[in-house]
Amino acid sequence: MKQPTISLKNVVKYFEDTQVVKNLNLDIREGEFFTLLGPSGCGKTTTLRLIAGFEILTEGKIFLEGIDVSAKKPNERSVNTVFQNYALFPHMNVEENIAFGLVEKKVKKAEIKQKVAEMLKLVQLEGMEKRMPSQMSGGQKQRVAIARALANDPKVLLLDEPLGALDLKLRKQMQLELKHLQKNLGVTFVFVTHDQEEALAMSDRIGVMNNGVLEQIGTPQEIYNQPVTKFVADFIGETNLLDASVEKVSAGEIYVKMEFGHACLKATGFFQNEMVYICVRPENLKITAGDTPNFHIYGKVKEHVFIGSVSKTVVELANGQEIKLTTPQMENLYPVGAIVNIYWKDDHGVILRTREEQVYTMIENTMRAPGGSDEG
Amino acid sequence: MKGKSRPDLPLYVMLGPTFLWLLIFVMIPLFNVIEISFLTKNPSGGIDFRFSVESYASLFKRDFMLIMYRSFALSLQTAVLCLLIGYPFAYVIANMPRDYRKYFLLFIMLPFWINSVIRIYGWTTLLRMEGVINTLLLTLGIISKPLEMLYTDGATLLGMVYELLPFAVLPLYASIEKLDVSLLEAARDLGATKARTFLRVIFPLTMPGVFAASLQTFIPSLGLFYISEMMGGGSTMYIGNLIKNQFLSARNWPLGAALSLFLILITLILLKLYTKVGKLEDMA
Repeated sequence: MKQPTISLKNVVKYFEDTQVVKNLNLDIREGEFFTLLGPSGCGKTTTLRLIAGFEILTEGKIFLEGIDVSAKKPNERSVNTVFQNYALFPHMNVEENIAFGLVEKKVKKAEIKQKVAEMLKLVQLEGMEKRMPSQMSGGQKQRVAIARALANDPKVLLLDEPLGALDLKLRKQMQLELKHLQKNLGVTFVFVTHDQEEALAMSDRIGVMNNGVLEQIGTPQEIYNQPVTKFVADFIGETNLLDASVEKVSAGEIYVKMEFGHACLKATGFFQNEMVYICVRPENLKITAGDTPNFHIYGKVKEHVFIGSVSKTVVELANGQEIKLTTPQMENLYPVGAIVNIYWKDDHGVILRTREEQVYTMIENTMRAPGGSDEG
Repeated sequence: MKGKSRPDLPLYVMLGPTFLWLLIFVMIPLFNVIEISFLTKNPSGGIDFRFSVESYASLFKRDFMLIMYRSFALSLQTAVLCLLIGYPFAYVIANMPRDYRKYFLLFIMLPFWINSVIRIYGWTTLLRMEGVINTLLLTLGIISKPLEMLYTDGATLLGMVYELLPFAVLPLYASIEKLDVSLLEAARDLGATKARTFLRVIFPLTMPGVFAASLQTFIPSLGLFYISEMMGGGSTMYIGNLIKNQFLSARNWPLGAALSLFLILITLILLKLYTKVGKLEDMA
């Protein structure tokens, strides 16, 4: 296997008495678009700042192309950062901003000029060399910040919520542009965001963080379709979570019992009477009036909401829990008040352990095992 | 302003008191000085109401030019020293944890509560031949003969810097404290060492503070006369002493007035320069 571009080993970071990053292990591969995703305060920005060298590790080690950089200063690491607020030097024009790193490297003037022109072309800001940052829009500043970082030919580009300050439309456009830029240049990107849609749209792999812990690492599809913890299931997209217990285990199939019903899922490694969560995406749920062989979850249709391409149906279970499901069209809807049975294709439901320590063991196991779920 | 609207008072009521104040305490005295500067001195003191530009002509005499040159040199030295000491001082305070900053700023402000003549007098007891420092050094056997510190040009400079240092630290602190930390991180990230970051980012961005500090030390130091008298022994003449002497001992009011106006003119030019630089900074 190829050496990872960035490798974090047992990384721990404390701010005074608060543990912000808890024993983080992570390998980021060459040329991939890796996203650290999580709610604010989950430690994702701190992790990025640790890689950049702005924060000092409390414990653990960080390797850049196999070399331990834990003790290196930010200016000694061949990574560059795109800051959330762009952090363009206000006393320098666009050209001087982009050339900043090259001047530090004592690159020849003619070469700098050429490189700046090349970078401006890359971010589509040709002819803006003499503009001051204060004369530019947010989107333009963003591009300058990216050009300034990329001008140094970094091994890794670190991006700290770079699109956070842009309006929605520009944001969507920049997402695509960044993605294309990354693919064309082949530079490893480490992208931090709290926007799960953004993460799903842009990343090769995503690391979902919560409370300083990496809960899951995987491709967007894996993260979405096979979440390994309740947090991941809940944080990414919309989902229905049902409390259940394992009733019967048979070859590759598990029968679970809920407060109001029972279901069958494809899964292994669970034990009888174990408390679990069942997690099913709204688009994978179906309803029918009668019984199905393996499902018996009855509820009452509460409402239909038409939202354009699909319609949303809310079914209320006897215990008051609302189950959300989406159907492609408005046709064949059960009337409000109808009693319906909820079912899904048996591999569409994900079964999750409830006890946290077991979840963590599972993550560690999958991460250690070659060919585990962290392999794309 | 919105919500609770105040009744709109007529302009003359709003500006009246300020105007009156300026008229009585600034304009009338200033015009008085201008008037005196164009009159003739009376040999027995006081002034004769006869028009003359003699005092302005004497501004260009060699002796006066020399005094002015010397004054500017002292002020420049004072301003530069205040910057050299004040910048690191302000930088350290601005980078302290927030809770400590206010105490250190308070320490800087504290001397303002004591009259500056008294504080300068305090320095003389330290620097005198038989003063605290000499006594201490003699007792410890570090020196065998008391050092001649007071009544030297060096002592004057020391007093000036001491007196004006807070005026340098405060504007410098204000501009350093405003610095966006992410800009410094960006510089480090782009390969600049700490020293290079200072040179290329921190210092240029704190230039408004440096300008303000220079002016706030340079301008007042031109007029400070009692420091050179108390600490320098009054043996070296500066423009401040010169003006004072014209009014109190030499009894040449027109010349004193002309010198004062010259000083005011210099100040105005410097202030104009400063606002120009300020405008340039705003544009950046």
